[in-house]
Amino acid sequence: MNRTARTTLFWCAALAIALCYGISCGHLPGFGGSFHPYADRAVPAALAHRTANAVASVNFDQRGFDTLGEEFILFTAVLGAAMVLRRARDEHTVSPRPGRVLPTVRLAGTVLLPVALVTGVYVIAHGQLTPGGGFQGGVALATGLHVAYLAADYRVLRNVRPRTVLDLADAMAAGAFAALGLAGLAWGSAYLENVLPWGVQGQIVSGGTVPLLNAAVGVEVGSALVVLLAAFLDQALEIETG
Amino acid sequence: MTTTLLAAAPATGQATTDPLPYLAAGWILLAGLHGLVTSRHAVHAIGCLTVVQSGTYVLLLAVGYRRGATAPYFTDIPPTTPVADPVAHALTLTDVVVGAAVSALLLALVLQTAKRHGTADPDALTGLKG
Repeated sequence: MNRTARTTLFWCAALAIALCYGISCGHLPGFGGSFHPYADRAVPAALAHRTANAVASVNFDQRGFDTLGEEFILFTAVLGAAMVLRRARDEHTVSPRPGRVLPTVRLAGTVLLPVALVTGVYVIAHGQLTPGGGFQGGVALATGLHVAYLAADYRVLRNVRPRTVLDLADAMAAGAFAALGLAGLAWGSAYLENVLPWGVQGQIVSGGTVPLLNAAVGVEVGSALVVLLAAFLDQALEIETG
Repeated sequence: MTTTLLAAAPATGQATTDPLPYLAAGWILLAGLHGLVTSRHAVHAIGCLTVVQSGTYVLLLAVGYRRGATAPYFTDIPPTTPVADPVAHALTLTDVVVGAAVSALLLALVLQTAKRHGTADPDALTGLKG
């Protein structure tokens, strides 16, 4: 199909979508209104399990099985990307050249790296209390680690990032989420049911299995992202064709 | 100044008939689709796909919004405080994670395609090559 035909087809479809979507928008509950049937049920359910962060309660308690699927989407996507980006038979690796970095940048990186890592761990650990959790904290952890690349060079990053260990951590954390669900079955309850004592709301051990699942997701997301970025960085810096 | 602003603010949970936030989500979706259809570079197309997805974030957050309500975190507020819909927030979080994962996989495919075929123009990629 040539470009003109394709663009014409798009405009016809866009018109139809805009028309139907616009009409249906008029029938949605008013913006900002008090009609929230899901919230009216999810919030009391979160408070009943002493989870202060209602979003974490929805993700890891009320619909934990969905989050298991979501976690495995991430896991398989990273697995696929790492596989597509591996070194092909007609390619060879070169060692990356050391970069020149200003001393002030190096100092800022040395100070910021531990701060970024601690922030990531904090966000994961407080996922059941405050905004954040395993997904957000994992991303903070993984990107924080790459301060080493910005403030020094690729060889330093490779030293602070043991890829084999992170590959394993990625798989084990994904498996740990699935295994934690079995605790519910062992208790004579449903898969991924919140079977641990719920604790006192507002304390770090509150929410039953929510902090544990948060930690598993945090490790999985953090290591998956590092592995993913490692695959891309290898392509850019180490792998050459021919 | 602050008091006049507060006095003018509508009461909690008062709905407006203004569908503009929902329509904005549809607009972002169509803008992204237009970019996808007219794209001349695969990386640009992936960027457009994330724009399409951003439309779903805006729609979900608009559906979950409650006027005058706060974020659904009960660490230091009483349990009866009106909050935004946590289910819509959780779905947006899922959406963001899946979106990032899919973008990463697509970018990896584009990288290898560009290396093998020497181009990332979707129109120029017509044949399969082993």
